Amino acid sequence: MQEIPKPSKKQPCHPLDDLIRTDRIPHIWCPGCGIGTVFSSCLAALKGSGINLGKTVMVSGIGCSGRAAGYVKLDSFHTTHGRAIPFATGLKLANPELNIVVFSGDGDLFAIGGNHFIHAARRNMDMTVICVNNLNYGMTGGQVAATTPYLAKSTTTPVGNPETPFNLPLMAYACGATYVARWTMLHTRDLTDSITEAIGKKGFSFIEALSPCPVNYGRRNKQKPLDMLKVYQKKAIIKNDADPSTLDIDFEKGIILGKFVDVDRPTFIEHYDKIYRPSRLQENVPGLNS
Amino acid sequence: MDFWRVPLDADTIKVSLGIVHILEDRCKGCGYCIEYCPKQALELSTKFNQKGYHPPVVVKPEECVNCHYCEIICPEFAIFSVESPPITEPGRAGTHPNSAIKVK
Ligand SMILES: Cc1ncc(C[n+]2csc(CCOP(=O)(O)OP(=O)(O)O)c2C)c(N)n1
Ligand code: SF4
Ligand code: SF4
Ligand code: SF4
Ligand SMILES: [Mg+2]
Repeated sequence: MQEIPKPSKKQPCHPLDDLIRTDRIPHIWCPGCGIGTVFSSCLAALKGSGINLGKTVMVSGIGCSGRAAGYVKLDSFHTTHGRAIPFATGLKLANPELNIVVFSGDGDLFAIGGNHFIHAARRNMDMTVICVNNLNYGMTGGQVAATTPYLAKSTTTPVGNPETPFNLPLMAYACGATYVARWTMLHTRDLTDSITEAIGKKGFSFIEALSPCPVNYGRRNKQKPLDMLKVYQKKAIIKNDADPSTLDIDFEKGIILGKFVDVDRPTFIEHYDKIYRPSRLQENVPGLNS
Repeated sequence: MDFWRVPLDADTIKVSLGIVHILEDRCKGCGYCIEYCPKQALELSTKFNQKGYHPPVVVKPEECVNCHYCEIICPEFAIFSVESPPITEPGRAGTHPNSAIKVK
């Protein structure tokens, strides 16, 4: 038997410690779960983007990914299931000065919360939405999700998923998102650059981050944590500006990553103020007409 | 650092060098940092941390080039690298303070 060491009294400080509620670390995510890496990438982007972090809010829904809001040392909301985007919309409309980052899971954002996503993108609500896509409902034990690949196994599709999954970037693009990108947690530098760019951009930005859920998805699909990372490494095809309709995830042929959409159009608030609050526009209220 | 032959500009090019810090009790032993360190500077330690996981250990400190990849791939905020001051001595520039140029 080896001796179990006592907790070291003086630990060095991680460079992101100032953005983490360190009293809650280690976090709840399982060994090998990719959410922590996506979260770390998001924090690095927040830090590097130069925005006023005192006026930045992170909003999450329910799920393992949704726990992120509880670990960030910024104003944050851990909302009800599927409702991160409507909460975020309310925050932005009540206080247009705020920078809003929604960090949540594929089930939360695209199953129960699917309609909210569609309409926030359609309205071009000014926020950055980061979706940790781990291909299943991790938190509740690995049920099939709207993103589970065809034929993949889950607790509710024990012999294989008969459904066709969403192509998330296509959906975001079709709904009107002005910034759309996809990376994996292995491509963490690109992911961080993309999140930084999206945070600095006006309008509805969407970033899909593929990430392993070794405990619920990996185990049923015979994938150890490192196997999934090897797949990301071997099957990634970086193709910026790829046609969104070609972005179905195919682990055999390849997974297309990159920035697919980066356009400008007026945000919801800009339209609203033009029609309903023309005087406020003239007063130059911060954040309203930037 | 190992070279197949010593580059002609070895004394002028400064390779960045790093020192790795590990917050052992945060680690959950996933091994991602070890697998993806471009210099194979890390290995799984045989010892246990407080939660019963094996944290990584720096086995080749002189190899670390301060690329930060271990730091950004770690899901646990458990490892990071900081820059180590480069050596400017002729013939040893770009090598780690505690190593010498080796030719294989
Ligand atoms: C209204 C409601 N319905 C169902 C649930 C159960 N539930 C909790 S998390 C979750 C799915 C989460 O999946 P995802 O967003 O992909 O997050 P992950 O855990 O995979 O990161 C479900 C269905 C709930 N909490 N509330
Ligand atoms: S269940 Fe899956 S998604 Fe949830 S923490 Fe564990 S590995 Fe991550
Ligand atoms: S900083 Fe780079 S070279 Fe140094 S240990 Fe980490 S991954 Fe390896
Ligand atoms: S990546 Fe982090 S959690 Fe995983 S073994 Fe390395 S230090 Fe530990
Ligand atoms: Mg999920």
